[in-house]
Amino acid sequence: MLRQYRGPDGDDDTMSRKIFVLCVSGTRERLQMAAMVASVAAASGDEVTVFFSMNAMLYFVKGRTEAAPAEGEFGRLMDEDKGVPPFKQLFKYAAELGDAKLLPCSMAVDLLKATEADLDPELGPPTGLTRFLSDAENAQLFTF
Amino acid sequence: MSDTRIIDARDTFCPGPLMELISYMKRASVGDKFELLSTDKGSINDIPEWVKKVGHEMLGSEQVGDVWHIKVRKAK
Repeated sequence: MLRQYRGPDGDDDTMSRKIFVLCVSGTRERLQMAAMVASVAAASGDEVTVFFSMNAMLYFVKGRTEAAPAEGEFGRLMDEDKGVPPFKQLFKYAAELGDAKLLPCSMAVDLLKATEADLDPELGPPTGLTRFLSDAENAQLFTF
Repeated sequence: MSDTRIIDARDTFCPGPLMELISYMKRASVGDKFELLSTDKGSINDIPEWVKKVGHEMLGSEQVGDVWHIKVRKAK
């Protein structure tokens, strides 16, 4: 069903897609692909929600600066080429240019003994899996 | 703004050039024109696709050496 919503340029657009991205892995390739999907979809007017849990959460805690390990050759190639946009920058684009919601998993936040203040400012409030699954019902879900 | 603003996104990979373009267009006024420079071959398809989807206007594109020059006008 078509509906009206505010597009990436701040204008009303008629679109229909809701996209949910579930980020679990902490490897470079998967985080990169998730960030590419989120940023391009959000910038194209899709309503994007990203849910971070497990090892994917670690890169969004303030003060943690370790690089995401490569799974294989592509991860290493991306590390070597400075022209590949960092995944954190792409998630930031998704939020800033396309109003994507970047939500940390409340369970993961609890396990890290963190609070919302310990997380990167682009992230929204810690969110439970029940809420995420409820919101994602009948929508397109990508898992990384 | 009557002049075309150059956005140099050479040597960045997908979706870097698109994100650069959107960053500028989001802050621009209707009618503003941009020329995106990209060495990412996917840009020549992806940028017009985005422009069409969100309702802006493609003014043209050409390849000069290894660089694509993609011209866009903010239409809304």
